[in-house]
Amino acid sequence: MNHWLTILTLVPFLGGLVVAGLGTERKNLARGLALAASFIALSGAVCMWMHLDSSKGGMQFEEGPWNWAPTLGIQYHLGVDGLGALMVLLTAIVTPLAILVSGTLFADGKQNNSHVYYALVLWLQAGLFGTFTALNFFHWFLFWELGLIPAFFLVKLWGGPKRGPAATQFFIYTMVGSVALLLSFLAIRFATGSFDFIELAAMAKSGALTKALEAHFAWKNIGLIIFFGAFLGFAVKVPVIPFHTWLPAAYSEAPSPVTMLLTGVMSKMGVYGFLRILLPIFPEQIRAVLTPLLWLAVATIVLSACAAFAQKDLKRMLAYSSINHLGYCLLAMFAAASAATAVNAPEIQKAAALDGCLLQMFNHGLTASALFLFMALIEKRSGGLRGLDDFGGLRKVVPVFTGLMGIAIFSSLGLPGLNGFVGEFLVFKGVFPLAPWAAAISTIGILVTAIFLLTLIQRVFCGPLNERWTKFPDLTTGERLLVIPSIALMFILGIWPQFILGAVDATVVKLVQQLTF
Amino acid sequence: MLAWTIYITFLGVLVLMLLPRDNARAARIVALLTAIAGCVVAFVGAIQQTNPGEVTTIVKTDWIPAIGANYYLAADGISLVLVVLTGLAAVSGILFSWNIEKRTKEFFAFYLALIGGVYGVFLSFDLLLLFVFYELTIIPKYFLIARWGSTRKEYGAMKLALYSFVGSHLVLIGLIAAWVVAKGQLGHASLDLIELSKVHFSAGFQHWVFPLVFVGFAILAGMWPFHTWAPTGHVAAPTAGSMLLAGVVMKLGAYGCLRVAMVMFPEGMREWQWAIAALAVAGIVYGAGVALVQRDFKFVIGYSSVSHMGFVLLGLATLNTIGLDGAVLQMFSHGIIAGLLFGVVGRMVYDRTHTRDFNDLETMQLGKLIPFAGVTFVIAGVASMGLPGFSGFVAEFQVLMGAWSVFPKLTILSGVGILIGVAYTLRAIQKGFYSDAQPKPVDHDHPMEPISVAERFGAVMLIGASLVIGLFPGLLMNWIEPCFNSPLSMFARLLVKGGSQ
Repeated sequence: MNHWLTILTLVPFLGGLVVAGLGTERKNLARGLALAASFIALSGAVCMWMHLDSSKGGMQFEEGPWNWAPTLGIQYHLGVDGLGALMVLLTAIVTPLAILVSGTLFADGKQNNSHVYYALVLWLQAGLFGTFTALNFFHWFLFWELGLIPAFFLVKLWGGPKRGPAATQFFIYTMVGSVALLLSFLAIRFATGSFDFIELAAMAKSGALTKALEAHFAWKNIGLIIFFGAFLGFAVKVPVIPFHTWLPAAYSEAPSPVTMLLTGVMSKMGVYGFLRILLPIFPEQIRAVLTPLLWLAVATIVLSACAAFAQKDLKRMLAYSSINHLGYCLLAMFAAASAATAVNAPEIQKAAALDGCLLQMFNHGLTASALFLFMALIEKRSGGLRGLDDFGGLRKVVPVFTGLMGIAIFSSLGLPGLNGFVGEFLVFKGVFPLAPWAAAISTIGILVTAIFLLTLIQRVFCGPLNERWTKFPDLTTGERLLVIPSIALMFILGIWPQFILGAVDATVVKLVQQLTF
Repeated sequence: MLAWTIYITFLGVLVLMLLPRDNARAARIVALLTAIAGCVVAFVGAIQQTNPGEVTTIVKTDWIPAIGANYYLAADGISLVLVVLTGLAAVSGILFSWNIEKRTKEFFAFYLALIGGVYGVFLSFDLLLLFVFYELTIIPKYFLIARWGSTRKEYGAMKLALYSFVGSHLVLIGLIAAWVVAKGQLGHASLDLIELSKVHFSAGFQHWVFPLVFVGFAILAGMWPFHTWAPTGHVAAPTAGSMLLAGVVMKLGAYGCLRVAMVMFPEGMREWQWAIAALAVAGIVYGAGVALVQRDFKFVIGYSSVSHMGFVLLGLATLNTIGLDGAVLQMFSHGIIAGLLFGVVGRMVYDRTHTRDFNDLETMQLGKLIPFAGVTFVIAGVASMGLPGFSGFVAEFQVLMGAWSVFPKLTILSGVGILIGVAYTLRAIQKGFYSDAQPKPVDHDHPMEPISVAERFGAVMLIGASLVIGLFPGLLMNWIEPCFNSPLSMFARLLVKGGSQ
């Protein structure tokens, strides 16, 4: 019996406790300890990634199931497969970056209570680790909600001028989803007596789940109602249009390091939920309402890209762009759930789409958090200004800054050779044969993304230099070191995607089998 | 052993009466020691009870043989849970009223009398005895509110007392009718609950008597639409009074519904099951909705109590094991959490700021002035929303799971109540502690009194209890579950013909 995953989750949690106990005065110590905890977590996550047996599609590093509250079907059951491990790794990479760049928040002495801030960041990380490793609904839900509370307070207490409403909106939206999700799972538990994701997936594959639900509630189509409840929970978190309206406000009002975490990893909780829970447990229901779901995915991709194009605030623009990128994941997942009877060798296409989806999750986490990291650096220099038209010609004064942020932007718009390309390419390669019309319309999204990101480069970095910014400082050595790892990973993954694909392939194959019946 | 909870508490009342009038300090200490002793006895007694699924007799002697009344104290798992809750609530309530200066000794004497009565109700297995203890709690409640309360205290006290009396009269009428019928069947007079739980009352009789008894008890549990005493009473009461009202007194009502009304008249319960569930859900949603628009901080918590007690009633109405388990756990959980919320609002905030109006509190930035209160309220609020990790979650979780099987549509509706619950809690956190409104200049001549050690102890104790049960629900479930699962238990008749499971 090993306890690696428990220990991994405990590291940031206990680190948070220690940091919270430090008090207001010892700012540097708080930051140092938070960093140390997040680096220990990072090294743990990397070790786990190295030891992951890529030939197995099932759960590894499994702990339990041990009975926790047996009469309620609550068990302590942890484990990761390729998907879980990938998400743990992503969380472990993004958190130290966010902590490193948080120093500027407290530098001018306007904000205090840095110990609380760092503790909340670490607890958020613990919540994410827990979510990505738990295999029992109750246990998983505990962490799913646990991640929400630190996020709420990080936005509420350290955000921009409209932080109050933004945080409340974020919280209420997510709770609507969570309550719907909870009710759905209570119904499932009632009908089947199980909370275990793996058990439920096995029941779904044999068709026993829907039968059990219908037998227990003399209510036709109860399966669909339960599915919609669960769907809502994840759709708000990703988000899927039209459940997205909390996101631009929350992302732009949150301090940029927190936005890195929100977009980099918290949004992945939703996608992860789709992959781990919705696809394996409700394949029948997804198939029954496939066309509307595909429309939602297409709408998410296209409308969010158009909305991003219309933004004047850089953070809001990137926020909408985040929705757009995760839309590709949705498209891939829904297409992979289709029956696809008319397609030759549908398994291969489905595997490609899901491979692309997983890669896109990691890529987006990496790239979006890097972009918000750059936003944090811009805000630090501009004193909080971040309008599209507030800058201009920065290229001349800050060439290194321009170059590195340019790479991140190009990665975001999917330039071949950088990481974003491979993911989107695989998604489209898989989706085209499975759902041609959806894929075709979605390409508009790619096009619009290219347009608004290029506009961003043009307005901010090119053109005549705005006189106000002649003293705009370039990246310091420390800041360069901060962004180099992300940029390097963008190249590495762009050229050698096998680094991730190899590890998740067995998981994807297993998921595809689950979807074939 | 457990009977000593009652005796010790009333002994404390006696000692307090003998103390000199002006020695407030001694009164506090005596009260605290009494409550701690009661709490310890409750814990030890509960742990000693080896078989929580069965009713274990503590003492049984003749009392009034002519009407079949015995002095009969006993306990099963459900009593244990509630007795432990009472112990915890009693100690924390005293810690949160350490600052009472006005007639301290009398305050604590009434306080302990109330606690003693509550212990008595939870341990009585004789109807007359139970009823006596039940009535006994009304008097100290009235005086605690009318003398030490605030904001329309006479009105609140009178309303509470009248509602309680009306409720107990309904109960009394129903029970007398039942006693007469049972005497005819058994051939001898009996008020023994266990004996009565085996008597079969005719369907027509149950159809009419059950609602009398159930509603009579449910009034005290804050069942909509008979809940209006609760918010007014909670608001008018002194801090410890609100903590006890929400923490244990409302549980008396729910306990009576379960232990007396449902056990004696199972068929009546099945007939009225739908109506009760509908009223429960109405209470959940209505209480939450009204809490959302209050300007008075204490009214928010008062209405939230109505909403949370709705879950207890919904759990009772499911008539399946899991729902009933959840209902009993929710009684415990709400007792702890509501006590804590009232402690923060009444003691930490109101006693320092002398206002509970959100418009005033918004300008004070209490989150910065008394950060401990802010953090405590956030934790209590999160627990009250039913976030996992706290006791409220496991309890509501089971209630909803049980309810799914019987009333799927009402269950979905109660989800709306949970959501509004999140909204009003966030609103209270925001307006009460972390508002962005323009702050009023801080009065440096009258700095805010720092949070005292007693308050810290009280808060930590309650938060700890909620967390422990949230993470290890098995601790209490091991007591509750056997009561409903065992085919020999007094609840067996209620569940067997339920048809739902």
